[in-house]
Amino acid sequence: MSGVRVLVGTRKGAFILTADGKRRDWNVSGPHFAGWEIYHMKGSPADPARLYASQSSGWFGQVIQRSSDGGKTWETPGGGVTMVPGAGPKGESNMFVYDVSPKTGKPLTTHQWYDGTQHPWEFKRVWHLEPSLTDPDAVYAGVEDAGLFRSSDGGTTWQELAGLRGHGTGPQWQPGAGGMCLHTILIDPSNPKRLYIAISAAGAFRSDDAGRTWRPINRGLHSQYIPDPGAEVGHCVHRLALHPSRPNVLFMQKHWDVMRSDDGGDSWREISGNLPTDFGFVIDVHAHEPETIYVVPIKSDSEHYPPEGKLRVYRSQSGGNEWEALTKGLPQRDCYVNVLRDAMCVDMLDPCGVYFGTTGGQVYASADGGDSWAPIVHDLPAVLSVEVQSLP
Amino acid sequence: MIRVVLPPHLRTLARVTDEVTIDLPAAVPLTRTALLDALEAQYPMLRGTIRDHVTAQRRPFLRFFACARDLTHEPPDALLPGAVASGEEPFLVVGAIAGG
Repeated sequence: MSGVRVLVGTRKGAFILTADGKRRDWNVSGPHFAGWEIYHMKGSPADPARLYASQSSGWFGQVIQRSSDGGKTWETPGGGVTMVPGAGPKGESNMFVYDVSPKTGKPLTTHQWYDGTQHPWEFKRVWHLEPSLTDPDAVYAGVEDAGLFRSSDGGTTWQELAGLRGHGTGPQWQPGAGGMCLHTILIDPSNPKRLYIAISAAGAFRSDDAGRTWRPINRGLHSQYIPDPGAEVGHCVHRLALHPSRPNVLFMQKHWDVMRSDDGGDSWREISGNLPTDFGFVIDVHAHEPETIYVVPIKSDSEHYPPEGKLRVYRSQSGGNEWEALTKGLPQRDCYVNVLRDAMCVDMLDPCGVYFGTTGGQVYASADGGDSWAPIVHDLPAVLSVEVQSLP
Repeated sequence: MIRVVLPPHLRTLARVTDEVTIDLPAAVPLTRTALLDALEAQYPMLRGTIRDHVTAQRRPFLRFFACARDLTHEPPDALLPGAVASGEEPFLVVGAIAGG
C-alpha cells in the first residue's frame, strides 16, 4: 500500500490528511464545509475514491455530501442546480423520515423522555455513515433520534430499517446527555446479513437478516446508572469494535466498563482489568493482531478528560484485562481534552497505524502500533470523528 | 424576477456567490410558500435546510426579512410585499443570531 488518507470531522468543518506509507510527512486539506459540524466521514471499502460525509448545523439541519474523487470535489447526491423547475433532482439526500405503523399510520413507537413520559422520534442529525463492504452506492446511516437508515443509490435517498425501532424495546430507550443517537454500525465481513449497532442510551443490537429484524445483545452488561443494572436495554454503550478475521469477537467501551463478547454479543464479560479508569468513548482493534485493542481512558462521566492530565492510550495485547499505557509523544501534563466515540481508527498498513482526534483539535498518529505518537495537526476545531483509508 | 438573498452557508451549498433570482409566472400569487417552492425547485440541495422536508415548517433559527420588515411570523401563504414581487427589494433568508 502506498499511503493513507485520514478523514477528520470537526465542529467547524472537515479536514483530509494524507501521507505516504511512512506516515511521517502529512498534507492537510481543508476546511471542507467550513463552519458546519461534520459528525462523520467515511470511505467505501469497495471504492476508496467514494467518500460520504455527514454535514449538519443547528441553523440549516442535515446535509449529506458525497465525493467520487477521494475528497477533491463533493456533491449533495441528487441535489444539483436546475433551471427547469419540476424536472430536476428532488434534493432528498438529507431526507430521513421514520417509518410509521402500516396498520395505524401513526408513529411506529415512542421512546422515554427525560421526564419519564413517552416521546415521539424526531430526526436531528446523522452521527455515523457506514458504507457497504462491497457496493460503493450502498451505505448505512446511524441517526439521532436513534434509528438506522440505508441508501442503495449513493446517498440520494434513504429508507429506514424500521425493525430496529419496532422490535419492542423502543419505549425503554432514552436520550443520554449527548442525545439519543445510533453511533456505531459494524458489518460482519464474513456474513453481510449480520449487522451490529449501538445506541446511547439503549445498548447493543444485532440483526442476522440484513437489518430486517433485530434483538438486543446486552446480557452481561452491568450499569449502575439505570434502575435495573442488568436490564435487557438501557445501557449507554459508547462504542463497539471487531476484527475482520474474527467477527464473532466484539469489544465494547461502555459508559463505564470495557467489555468483550466471544459469541457475537450473546454474552459479555468485563475486561477493564488494570485500566486507571474504565470510563471512555473509543475502542479499536489492531489491524493484524485480533487480540490487540486500544482505549483512551477518561476520568469519569462528569470529568471528560484524561486522569491526572496525562493523555494516555492504553493497549492490551491479550484481548483485555492486562493493559499498558502508551505515552511516548503524547502530552503527560496539563492535558484536559476528550476523545469522542468516533475519533479513533486504525489503518491496514504494516506496522499498523493508529489515529485519534481530541476535542482540543489535535489529531495524533502512531505508525508503529501505538509505541510512539506524533501530532499530525494540533490546532483544528474540536474533533468529532477520525477515519482512515489505506490506499493502494 | 424575484431576488433572494441567502445566508452565506446556504450560498455555499447552492454554489452561488451572490443573491439568486427566481422567476415565477405572473399568475402565481407571490407568497412565501410559492417563493420557497420555486427556490427549492431551482436549487434542490436547499431542500430541508430552510424548511422541514415533511412538515414544510421553517427551521427554528431562520428568519425572513424584506422591505425592512420581519416577515418570519407572517402566515406562509400571505402575499409578500409588492416591492419583492417587482424585484425592487430582495427577500432575505437570515440565520438568527444564536450561540456565543
